[in-house]
Amino acid sequence: MALKLPSFGSAGSAPELMPQGRLAGPMPWVIAIMVALTVIAAAAGLALSNTARNAADALSGGVTVQVVEANPVERNRQAEAAAKALRATPGVTTAEIVPQEEVERLIEPWLGARVGDGQIPVPALVDVRMREAVTGETLGALRRQVRQVAPAARVDAQSSWLKPVFGAIDSLQWLALALVALLGMALAAAVLLAVRTSLGTNRETIEIVHLLGGTDAQIARVFQRAVGFDAAGGGAVGLALGLVVVLFLGQRFGGLEAGLVQSGALGWIDWVLLALVPIAGLVLAMLTARITVLRALRKML
Amino acid sequence: MTDPSAGEIVQFDNVGLRYGTDREVLSDVSFTLFPGSFYFLTGASGAGKTSLLKLLYLAQRPSRGMIRMFGTDAITMPRERLPLLRRRLGVVFQDFRLVPHLSAFDNVALPLRVAGVAERDLEKPVADMLEWVRLGERMHALPAQLSGGEQQRVAIARAVIGRPEMLIADEPTGNVDPDMAIKLLRLFEALNRMGTTVVVATHDVHLLKKVPDSLIMRLDKGRLSDPTGALRYPPRPHGGFGSRG
Repeated sequence: MALKLPSFGSAGSAPELMPQGRLAGPMPWVIAIMVALTVIAAAAGLALSNTARNAADALSGGVTVQVVEANPVERNRQAEAAAKALRATPGVTTAEIVPQEEVERLIEPWLGARVGDGQIPVPALVDVRMREAVTGETLGALRRQVRQVAPAARVDAQSSWLKPVFGAIDSLQWLALALVALLGMALAAAVLLAVRTSLGTNRETIEIVHLLGGTDAQIARVFQRAVGFDAAGGGAVGLALGLVVVLFLGQRFGGLEAGLVQSGALGWIDWVLLALVPIAGLVLAMLTARITVLRALRKML
Repeated sequence: MTDPSAGEIVQFDNVGLRYGTDREVLSDVSFTLFPGSFYFLTGASGAGKTSLLKLLYLAQRPSRGMIRMFGTDAITMPRERLPLLRRRLGVVFQDFRLVPHLSAFDNVALPLRVAGVAERDLEKPVADMLEWVRLGERMHALPAQLSGGEQQRVAIARAVIGRPEMLIADEPTGNVDPDMAIKLLRLFEALNRMGTTVVVATHDVHLLKKVPDSLIMRLDKGRLSDPTGALRYPPRPHGGFGSRG
């Protein structure tokens, strides 16, 4: 850790107060690793947040009507009737019957190719879009309306199907947040240990500066400056490393072409937030250094 | 030289000092230092001279008693205010206490940098001071590259560079040749004439005679040898107190 005296004078040509060179020792690399991991965890949290928000937006006004009827003629009749009744309902923007071929294609991975030969009855689906988010009240009203014309119909809000998925995403978001917090604490702990070691190593010099009239704030500033320099260098390297990983993972997930995954793509605000991670690390490191030094110096006369 | 009307610069009253649970290294020490005076602090090795100086340059708090410096209670004073008080002092430590990785120039410049003097304003006075202690050509040398005497001269230059109100020197001539010792004493006298109070701890009795107007405090086993209290209440404003050297 390098400690310099420029804050004592006005020019920048003052010598190093403490002997070690800047960006020396493991400190900048520890900070780089912490920042890289934080960037990755934060990116994951932001991507999950985007996924949850986009999916919720897409599903909040969606209602699915299933007509579960073994007789295909009766099933189609009830589906048509339900769609017609729904289109006439206030608040409904669209109510479209999902083509049977599409329904069969969607469930083919689970039920096999025989689903198309008519041996397995497949319910008819009506995809309904509401003007506003579906509430329990509107869902109840729709159910009553639909059952009058289609007794075999089941009406469900689309968002309720993905409730467990949203729950899992929510947990992962909290996990990402906890990881960011833990990494922040680990960074602070690493700085604290490094500063304490440096304080011990340079105790004699600190005593001399004290006896010459140096204040705690001046000495703390010297440490802050050194830690800040290490944190800035380490943070820049960590950000670069983290971004490389995030871009690589983004490319891999993008290749999945799965709607839910792609909806988690990072926006420009997310990238700005990621760029702020090393700055937050810098502030945290300098603050930790300052508090550590001031608390240690308070024990000296 | 001593002018009681000018008010005391330092006042010790029944000061005692012990380290840990050991016996007291200083006991019942009471004296008053007046502005512009020149004091020698004498005593055998282990008498407590360095401990007394540590109290004077605020590196130590006493175990008991009262200390006032520059009109302020130095014991109850919050530690945040100590640096400003310390900047009014110049100290030559017995072990020099130079910062090992700083050059002679930077060691001497340290008090000025601490006080916030701009780099452009400190270069000439520091160079002149080093020239004066005959280290002009060695100003870029590190302490380890200097002899004991040279290190001591750097320490002295550092102590006086800020024109302190009180100069405290612990055995300042211990490692220099007789010529340099005389020269240093003349420097201390010159500072003293300009109003700086000087306190020099030494066990060299010959040194005391070199400064005829000096006042002498003698320590013996942690006690000032004048039991009458004359050090606290100087009987002769211009005649000094304690023993004459």
